[in-house]
Amino acid sequence: MKTLSANAMVGGLFVGAFVIAACIGSVWTPYDPMALDMKARLAGPSIQHLLGADEFGRDVLSRLMLGASASGIVSLATVAIATILGTALGSISGYLGGWTDRVLVAVTNALLAFPGILLALGLLAIFGANKYGIVLALGIAYTPSVARIVRGTVLSLREREFIDASRVSGDSEMYTLLRHILPNCLAPLTVLSTSMFGWTLLSESALSFLGLGVPPPAPTWGNMLAAARPYLAQAAWLAIFPGLCISIVLLGINLLGDALRDRLDPKMRGMQ
Amino acid sequence: MLRFILSRIGMAVPTVFLVAVVVFFLIRLVPGDPAALLLGDMASPESVAALRSDLGLDKNILTQFAIWLTNVFQGDLGTSITTKEPVAHLVIERFKVSAGIVLVAVALASLAAVPAGFIAALRQNSKLDLTLVSVAALLLSIPTFWLGLVILLIFGLKLGWLPVVGYVSVAEDPSRGLLYVLMPILTLFLHEIGVLLRMARASALEVLRLDYITHARAKGLPERTVLWRHVFPNAFAPTLTLIGLVLGNMLGGIAVVETVFTIPGLGRLLVDAIFGRDYPVIQGCLLFIAVIYVLVNLIVDLCYPLFDPRVKIT
Repeated sequence: MKTLSANAMVGGLFVGAFVIAACIGSVWTPYDPMALDMKARLAGPSIQHLLGADEFGRDVLSRLMLGASASGIVSLATVAIATILGTALGSISGYLGGWTDRVLVAVTNALLAFPGILLALGLLAIFGANKYGIVLALGIAYTPSVARIVRGTVLSLREREFIDASRVSGDSEMYTLLRHILPNCLAPLTVLSTSMFGWTLLSESALSFLGLGVPPPAPTWGNMLAAARPYLAQAAWLAIFPGLCISIVLLGINLLGDALRDRLDPKMRGMQ
Repeated sequence: MLRFILSRIGMAVPTVFLVAVVVFFLIRLVPGDPAALLLGDMASPESVAALRSDLGLDKNILTQFAIWLTNVFQGDLGTSITTKEPVAHLVIERFKVSAGIVLVAVALASLAAVPAGFIAALRQNSKLDLTLVSVAALLLSIPTFWLGLVILLIFGLKLGWLPVVGYVSVAEDPSRGLLYVLMPILTLFLHEIGVLLRMARASALEVLRLDYITHARAKGLPERTVLWRHVFPNAFAPTLTLIGLVLGNMLGGIAVVETVFTIPGLGRLLVDAIFGRDYPVIQGCLLFIAVIYVLVNLIVDLCYPLFDPRVKIT
């Protein structure tokens, strides 16, 4: 139990720091993250530029803070889309059954047959490589995972007595679904959304790193890393700091996710 | 046994079909005339019209799908807009590069992570267990593209042991080729250790507290026999599934590592095709990777009864 609470605390600390940095970054940064300053070009970490300056003399700390808010918003929007779409499809599929269910399950399975980020790459080819394209592509790519979990939970609940009771007492199907079934999906959905936030953050950075994400000059941690690659020899800190930020936040989310799962799914306690 | 194999293959066929449906209609979602998209911006109206009738774009969408599927079965994935090469050839050539790196990395990671995970489970909550779990959580959280850059920085730039840019095929020049794939393999290896160690540990823990393990101990079997006969094979089965998933996911996600180390693999082909709006190549890559993913999972399914006797063979 001791290690569990340590997990939650360290995870919460990292994620909390990310949220605070993102909130501050969206309203105030030490320097203008877009301001060019050729005198400070590739300047190392110093009192003026705590984390150094990039190839255009832009302050790295300021760009990291703005990048945190950009990544945070993209991830939140993606998780929201996947959760809403997935819950709607999963509950309809599980509750109605029959042909609706069969078709939706077939589509879900087809989409889940694509490994990891591949479906998102395919969708990006359609939506275009920008902020909105990423949110849509990742949101749709994660929808099947949500739909599958919600459908499973709905199926296990559908035959229970309290659902029959609700129907017998004259509640509409919609009311029964929203009032009695969906609240029971909250625990697995919370665990999944936490992991999804981490996946999105990682995928968004990976896509931006590939040049398929948020286009420069707007900073994200991924495109800052991509921009740093040619200057690896002269200015290693340009590559070190954004990657360190991504890793710390991901570690925080993973630890927090483990702690959450242990709380909400006692069967798994101490297993992972 | 044959019936088991056939039934599993039978289950994979509809999946492959659905994957083909998704890939076909995904590209159709791109706004604009598919024939114009397939030929690129420089195409003349005549060639667009010719391709339109070739592809049967004047026919209904189901006929079009049937034509496309027939072509795919004959190994014809179309022609790249940018290089004019057959897509099937491009995809296979690039796949060879990626597959070598991924296979070696996953094999090494499994060899290291599975025993480590089992040992951690046997010594649950010991210092060793905590260390291994922490290292796994850390490795899991470092994105491969950053890990790659750090490895590049250390071994390529600071120590100068390995070449930083470029690629030489291992098949053409084994000794030099090896130098170029060492860093990407190390990157993927370190990342997957994190994933696999956690899974191996979790499944060993789950098996260790089952009744038949207590029973095996109670009837006086030596601990070694309990572990090797009852714990490890059963704990390995779920890990094997994960190894399959990891293999497929790596093919999807290898683009970033190939970008870091400038390796001309399948992931890079797909990303460059998305940049260049080279739709035949995008379509070919998506289809190929997804089918490989289904095949890997099929192979894992077929190996399952070797480790988990509860899976009925009939």
